Amino acid sequence: MPDLLHDVIFDYTLRNVALGSALLGIVGGVLGTFAVLRRQGLLGDALAHAALPGIVLAFMLTGSKASIVLMLGAAISGWLGTLLIIRIVQDTRLSEDAALGVILTVFFGLGVVLLTHVQHSNNANQAGLDQYLFGQAATLVEENVITMAALGSVALFLVALLFKEFKLLSFDPEFGASLGYPMRGLNVLLTSSIVIAVVIGLQTVGVVLMAAMLIAPAAAARQWTNRLGVMLALSGLFGASAGVAGAMISVTARRVPTGPMIILCITAIVVVSILFAPERGIVWDAIRRRRMRRAALARGPEVAA
Amino acid sequence: MTIATSHKDAPVAVRDLTVAYREAPVLWDIDLTFPEGQMVAIVGPNGAGKSTLIKAILNLVPSTSGTISIFGKPYPQQRQLVGYVPQRGSVDWDFPTNALDVVQMGLYGQLGWIRRPGKRERAIAMECLEKVGMADFAHRQISQLSGGQQQRVFLARALAQDAQVYFMDEPFAGVDATTERAIIDVLRELRSRGRTLVVVHHDLETVREYFDWLVLLNIRVIATGPVETTFTLDNLQATYGGRMALLGDTLTADRSAAVAAAGD
Repeated sequence: MPDLLHDVIFDYTLRNVALGSALLGIVGGVLGTFAVLRRQGLLGDALAHAALPGIVLAFMLTGSKASIVLMLGAAISGWLGTLLIIRIVQDTRLSEDAALGVILTVFFGLGVVLLTHVQHSNNANQAGLDQYLFGQAATLVEENVITMAALGSVALFLVALLFKEFKLLSFDPEFGASLGYPMRGLNVLLTSSIVIAVVIGLQTVGVVLMAAMLIAPAAAARQWTNRLGVMLALSGLFGASAGVAGAMISVTARRVPTGPMIILCITAIVVVSILFAPERGIVWDAIRRRRMRRAALARGPEVAA
Repeated sequence: MTIATSHKDAPVAVRDLTVAYREAPVLWDIDLTFPEGQMVAIVGPNGAGKSTLIKAILNLVPSTSGTISIFGKPYPQQRQLVGYVPQRGSVDWDFPTNALDVVQMGLYGQLGWIRRPGKRERAIAMECLEKVGMADFAHRQISQLSGGQQQRVFLARALAQDAQVYFMDEPFAGVDATTERAIIDVLRELRSRGRTLVVVHHDLETVREYFDWLVLLNIRVIATGPVETTFTLDNLQATYGGRMALLGDTLTADRSAAVAAAGD
């Protein structure tokens, strides 16, 4: 363990992996909190899947694998998918789950087709693009981490600045609109921040599982607190811990994709939270109920008498 | 903020308002003027467009045509004078926050962008919770409140807005007797201070007791005016149509018998 700690600080690869996965965990956890509270967890899933064709197209158009280029492609196609879902729900009689299902699968399918095409194109530079499916933290280099940090701070800064407005948007958007706040604009801003959270995690976690990094930390954090500020902080912390732990396991045990490893770590946190969190934990709930039943039984005869 | 209480213009005036969803009219050619300092009930069957009327006045749903003025000026200029109590069911009460925090949201309009509520806002919010008899629940997580208590938190939030005109969407729906009493006391207190209250109401039995002015709505305005002259069997029949049989019993059975007679 001390060796690992030493390596994380001094080894170039491990340091980048640790920093990168901590970043994606924090940003995903914080923005995911809003996604979950607004019941948009699945929108995050569609968004992440819809990013795949954008990544491949960005590479095909530029021939570059620079993270800013691929992230931009991911963001544009993710946004496009999200917009389409919103339009479908507004303008047709299709329900939201149908819209989500259609857009998610169409975009992801298109992404896989493009990816396969590129892989058979004799372009040597394409190697590694397929890691965007399940993520590979070992491929993180300093340039990636710097881009992630820059984008992530924009998203976190927006949340810090507009905490009150985002809370209003998440709890009671109609009341917010009646106060004169431009709820539609705030919605675009918050959704854009969620897009940022998704794209900075794609290289490490992959498009298939990225949504879990939005939903799971927030779901775990909700168990421990009844305050939004605390929930945001906890969710970021859970996301970062799972991110770092999963990435480290994946990198030290070679050839294990990082995304699934990180997801297993965050799932462990979720399970513990659902079982043991005070108040909302189901274990305490069961114990409370049992005690009450016993108390009721003990009192029973008295009441009857 | 300067609030002139001696407005010559009506607190709310609606002209030619039409709202349509996918071609079908939800509200048709609404003309309404509400008098100042009165409790106004908006009454009508399900699907009559009662909530939509409030939301259209507040610019929350797009209207096909029509103009709204609040004290003689367009609504966007007069926001500070308007308070809103949405339907309780319109929000997720498992949201991670407490009663005091929700009430403070009523002050977000005055606070403006980015500024966070501080000591002053907490004090105002506490005061408003006290007025609705909820001071002891200030730090309670909102999902742990009963339906009636949640409704009172929403009312306290509107009180924090310190408005001249209040729009309330079914504040008495599904609340216990204690809450109903607490709410009506607060509304009467507001009226005594010259505030105008526009309330979507569903309980015909209490219309006479609670309200001064009545709007009978069923996509169009069927009748509007003082409760004494407007709350008649004929008008109700015109508003509710075939579903009137049951209502007729209610009306004639209780203290409203005189109204029914007058309607004949």
